[in-house]
Amino acid sequence: MRFDQRHLLGIEPLRPDEITTLLDLADRYVTLSRQREKHATALAGLTQINMFFENSTRTQSSFELAGKRLGADVMNMSMQASSIKKGETLIDTALTLNAMHPDLLVVRHPHSGAVDLLAQKVNCAVINAGDGKHEHPTQALLDALTIRRAKGRLHRLNIAICGDIAHSRVARSNLLLLHKMENRIRLVGPSTLMPSGIADFGAEVYDDMAEGLKDVDVVMMLRLQKERMDGGFIPSEREYYHRWGLDAEKLAHAKPDAIVMHPGPMNRGVEIDGTIADDINRSVIQEQVEMGVAVRMAAMDLLARNLRARPTDLAV
Amino acid sequence: MKDTLLYNARLIDPEAGTVTEGALLLSGGRIKAVVTSADEIATLAGQTDAQDLNGAHVAPGIVDLGVKVGEPGERHKESFKTAGMAAAAGGVTTMVTRPDTSPAIDTPEVLEFIRRRANETAPVNVLPMAALTKGREGREMTELGFLLDAGAVAFTDCDRVVSDTKVLSRAMGYARSLGALVMSHPQEPILSKGAAASSGKFASLRGLPAVSPMAERMGLDRDIALVEMTGVRYHADQITTARALPALERAKNNGFDVTAGISMHHLTLNEMDVADYRTFFKVKPPLRSEDDRQAVLEALRTGLIDVIGSFHTPQDEESKRLPFEEAASGAVGLETMLPVLLRLYHAGEVDLPVLFRGLSLNPAKRLGLDCGRLSAGAPADLVIFDADKPFVLDRFKLQSKSKNTPFDGARLQGKVLQTLVAGTPVWSA
Repeated sequence: MRFDQRHLLGIEPLRPDEITTLLDLADRYVTLSRQREKHATALAGLTQINMFFENSTRTQSSFELAGKRLGADVMNMSMQASSIKKGETLIDTALTLNAMHPDLLVVRHPHSGAVDLLAQKVNCAVINAGDGKHEHPTQALLDALTIRRAKGRLHRLNIAICGDIAHSRVARSNLLLLHKMENRIRLVGPSTLMPSGIADFGAEVYDDMAEGLKDVDVVMMLRLQKERMDGGFIPSEREYYHRWGLDAEKLAHAKPDAIVMHPGPMNRGVEIDGTIADDINRSVIQEQVEMGVAVRMAAMDLLARNLRARPTDLAV
Repeated sequence: MKDTLLYNARLIDPEAGTVTEGALLLSGGRIKAVVTSADEIATLAGQTDAQDLNGAHVAPGIVDLGVKVGEPGERHKESFKTAGMAAAAGGVTTMVTRPDTSPAIDTPEVLEFIRRRANETAPVNVLPMAALTKGREGREMTELGFLLDAGAVAFTDCDRVVSDTKVLSRAMGYARSLGALVMSHPQEPILSKGAAASSGKFASLRGLPAVSPMAERMGLDRDIALVEMTGVRYHADQITTARALPALERAKNNGFDVTAGISMHHLTLNEMDVADYRTFFKVKPPLRSEDDRQAVLEALRTGLIDVIGSFHTPQDEESKRLPFEEAASGAVGLETMLPVLLRLYHAGEVDLPVLFRGLSLNPAKRLGLDCGRLSAGAPADLVIFDADKPFVLDRFKLQSKSKNTPFDGARLQGKVLQTLVAGTPVWSA
């Protein structure tokens, strides 16, 4: 069992065996989290700072809970409200924070690559909680854990990722992870919502839901951001729902035991029908949230082990 | 004063397309004769101030079309003095400067100011370009006539595309009646707005806002239609994509007065060099695919692309140490251009006369200058270099005030030994 990363900035640098290591550990944390007493001590004495330059309730609370269950001192900083507004650069913010000696830094930022930049300037472990349109590694890992638990394996599955691929860091991280684990991936959506160079991604591209969902094991829906609707990328919400929204009729093309996933928050009646989202036989959306905490506990645990193995007096 | 003889040299003649061993006789700041016969050289050596170059290459000094100097407005990034030193160190004997300063160089008064500053401080020739529209805002044309009289060698709004086609057509028409050269940045401005990379797999994986390479062709198509309409003398600053080349070729074959340039970066780097968001590799237009790089390299060899420039753009650390999307574009290149381009020579991709056709001869011809050639009567603006000498580039040793080069730590071959402007050494290694 090895996990050789100093930071978790994306799925791209991870090896398949590192992914498996992380998911195995996360499985144990699922068990822990289901007990009445949920405390462990893996992060005892360590300081975790959550720095969110972009609004987030779900991801931030998931990271906060994960840190607290492992005994870390957790601090949340909402960066929209603070110094960024006063014109401080990202680097200055990083240096200021670094002076407070955090051990784990969880960062979300609206610009691609911003978390990488920050990681170069601090001497703690950095976890990317989503940067621009680049990556959102813990989301892909929690999706992988959900799939593995529901399907009993994480390879040789047919997985359809549907909707706004172009603007989605979740889609990128999932694409990378599921490829590394040797699955067949389909991307389904209108071409305005497909990233450029899509032909080179090694995925099958469909613009029709019925074809795209045919005999898949997993249907992964993506959130359509409000600002992308209304004529910019698609003509309207209702037209999108009609063609690409997941309803029972479209889902019927998938395998009978196919699971339905969504990273949340959902737009019911836009990309997914409410009854499907709530169907406990098909939808694993609630499990995804549960796996999120476990995967983040595992990620921080593994990074902290590597952190503890290094000398403390490391200069910047 | 005695004449000077540079002997035991390898003479790169971009006009003839040759590299010959011989000597150059300099007199009164000009090339008096190119001497290849050993007897003659021996005779002349006795009568002149003779300098043994030990087999170094001699080429006409580089005419760098499109240099940004931080004056006025951003002298902390680059002054005429530091840019001039960087130019001299890089074998650039003429800097053709850009007007994208703050304020923009859009009145004869500002042009006068920078000409005075340049003449006082820069050791190399400085020829200024002026803005095509006031404030480079694309709304009204500048006083092209007055600016021409004050010494502007070409008109350009640099990387700001004049999106109002009516404004551009009028400015081009007026420039045509003055015989002025208009330099344009071919790009469809709305499609390319906000882009930091070329669209494709790499940009998508990195999650960067990207523009289709097709936007360059659209911009060029529009510009060429306007050239056809107005008859203006036109130069496209950078053609960096394969898709734009057929349009350029057609325009040239149809007899329009059209030329095109390419930056040193687009000849030697591709989009993958950005790697993990290295902002020193952020240039405008963004770096392209390897297929595009190969295509423009071929266009340089065939002569379809005329001019190579550094597009020297000094940026301070603060404007580069930002997330990639927010970071400023551009790289310094005056000093690094020759050794970087010699990579292409060492890789067997271009020969030296072709390189200097793009670096010296063509830009000089396009601007109507008598330099850029190695022939009797031309000014003794020369670069003497050792094409093989290896070194590792250290950005903090650059003459330029700003150190934003993508080639920091690069292993390069080729060092400038001496740069002469009108026969006078302005740089000696």
